[in-house]
Amino acid sequence: MALPIYASPLERLWHYTYLVLCTAIFIFLISPILVVIPLSFNVEPYFTFTEAMLRLDPAGYSLRWYDALLTLGMQTPDAIRDGAWWSDMWNNSSWVRAAKNSMIIGFWATILATVLGTLAALGLSRPEMPYRRVVMAILISPMIVPIIIIATGLFFFYSNPCSIIGTECGRLTSTYLGVILAHTTLGIPFVIITVTATLSGFDQSLIRASASLGASPSRTFFKVVMPLILPGVVSGALFAFVTSFDEVVAVLFIAGPDQQTIPRQMWNGIREAISPAILAVATILVVISICLLATVELLRRRSERLRGVTPH
Amino acid sequence: MADVTAAPLTTADGRPLKAALAEAQSRARRRAFLLVAPLLAFVVLTFIIPIGQMLDRSFHHDGFSANAPATLEWFDANPAGTAPDEAAFAALAADMKAMKENKTAGEAGTRVNYTLPETRSLITKTARNADDLAPPFKEAFLAIDDRWDDAAVWQAMRSSASAYTADFYLSALDMERAEDGSIRRVEENGRIYIYLFVKTFVVSAVITVTCLLLAFPVAHLLATLPMAKANLLMILVLLPFWTSLLVRTTSWIVLLQGEGVINEFLVALGVISADGRLKMIYNQTGTIIVMTHVLLPFMILPLYSVMRVIPPSYARAARSLGATSWTTFRRIYLPQTLPGIGAGSLLVFILAVGYFITPALVGGADGQLISNLIDFHMKNSNWSMAAALSAMLLAGVLVLYWLYDRLIGIDNLKLG
Repeated sequence: MALPIYASPLERLWHYTYLVLCTAIFIFLISPILVVIPLSFNVEPYFTFTEAMLRLDPAGYSLRWYDALLTLGMQTPDAIRDGAWWSDMWNNSSWVRAAKNSMIIGFWATILATVLGTLAALGLSRPEMPYRRVVMAILISPMIVPIIIIATGLFFFYSNPCSIIGTECGRLTSTYLGVILAHTTLGIPFVIITVTATLSGFDQSLIRASASLGASPSRTFFKVVMPLILPGVVSGALFAFVTSFDEVVAVLFIAGPDQQTIPRQMWNGIREAISPAILAVATILVVISICLLATVELLRRRSERLRGVTPH
Repeated sequence: MADVTAAPLTTADGRPLKAALAEAQSRARRRAFLLVAPLLAFVVLTFIIPIGQMLDRSFHHDGFSANAPATLEWFDANPAGTAPDEAAFAALAADMKAMKENKTAGEAGTRVNYTLPETRSLITKTARNADDLAPPFKEAFLAIDDRWDDAAVWQAMRSSASAYTADFYLSALDMERAEDGSIRRVEENGRIYIYLFVKTFVVSAVITVTCLLLAFPVAHLLATLPMAKANLLMILVLLPFWTSLLVRTTSWIVLLQGEGVINEFLVALGVISADGRLKMIYNQTGTIIVMTHVLLPFMILPLYSVMRVIPPSYARAARSLGATSWTTFRRIYLPQTLPGIGAGSLLVFILAVGYFITPALVGGADGQLISNLIDFHMKNSNWSMAAALSAMLLAGVLVLYWLYDRLIGIDNLKLG
């Protein structure tokens, strides 16, 4: 935004103050995320920049905290790094186990949330949908209701899920299925929001055109609708995955020792003995989120381009 | 011609057009609903029902009524106010022995404790020594604890005999039942819940206002810059949004703690002495700083989407008509951003009120919010109390959510 030519000196002063202010706020937004990256390479077990680091002395930096991530929980961390060491790491390292759990839970929760959410979004964006407003409010509510309330409710429900039909059956606490179902619920609002937003620019007459040319409803869906809404669906899926990948409270309440995820492991690390290994995990997660953000931005632009093609 | 208009319109196969249309429309409605039905069923099953069941606990607790059947029988046979006779003590002794065997004295005691404080320990202690209970029962009970002679204890057990109670809500409102059954506020130093609710709302309001003050200039800058530059700067807003909450909290601990980056920097500059390090985390300040950072994108994004479509010509028109820049801002620009301010503020406030993770990790002793208290009660198996507090928090959040839907509409919720 350029300063108008008629601006008074006072306005000029304000304009530059305003720019400085905005810069400060951007620094506030981004610096906490950037500061962990160099600190995770700290050779000392401190959370601050050492003099060697500030001098950019290579001796001040090391990968020891990344190494610590791999060795924590291993049976023979100090053995020679041969095939046996690597298989020990793959099977026993607590962070590797947590990463595997996060991926498994995140993957299935994303699939479930995306399939159910996309179907529902297709229904919700039809003008004939009855009780649209109420249904939408219910489907978005997992994002609004405080997570502690959801986790508490699931804790009781999972201890005997069949109580609603008046019988007893197994438990869902300490199972993968339980955590996956919980994370699916939490991811659904994001899928609904992104897919309905994509569908709001969708030209419904394309469906009629396809039908009039003799395509079956399923063919219409896969050949006409799906390619156009795919960017929205993929961003929704990424949102759902990130929600699951970052979720800790439900895991705290309903998961058992076998379902420890990365956030759960970080939670322990932050609450008990915070070690720079946490910063190494944080750095890896920041890199992952940069990749996800880039993907979503590319998809958003593609979606906007696609929507520009269809007549309104 | 007249004949044609008089006859009802029909479809090609002779059915009245009106009926055919109605049928087609209801078929379309059914189809749309069927698409939504699987997800709706899923959400009802894994979200609505669990929360409903949990809320049920806030007024339903059969800890005493399920474990003291003999005593309940005696209460049924004798009207309220009857002094406990030997039969009553005998019944209670039988129940105590059963409780010891089934290890249910804690549950029963918890339920009575809600009605009369300090009765949980009385009941568990008596159940522990249930083997000593032999006739004459009254003397045996009094030998274990002389509070068994207290009419208030018996009154408390009588009112615990019903599985349904509003006592948890009374406790959650810092109230209790007096000996005569009337409701009064608890003593000054025991009033924690209302204070914490008020604190949660005040802290959330402070965070909302801080977010608004920080988001407004940034959103304005993004909205007025050329698209290419704005998209670049937008990454600085979206990256925190996509970064794990635990990562952001960790980073703030690194920045703010006693030996953290900011304090070390200030000490190195000589602004503060090594002993005078600022205490910025593990207290309420820490909660506010970190939550402001976490929730700021939720304020910037709705503000930005509103500001982007405000035509700049209005402000120019106002200036050309002689308004100062301040008047232009106050009377032309600001009113047009109100929908964005409303959407962002409500969203940030709703999310802040129920926040749990950040206060738990950086809140220290005085930065805890109501969610953390619910967690505390859950950890101590004080489930009914947790449920009552959850119900009250949920009611507050749902009112705000309803308001959001009325004012802004859920359809307009956007992410990035």
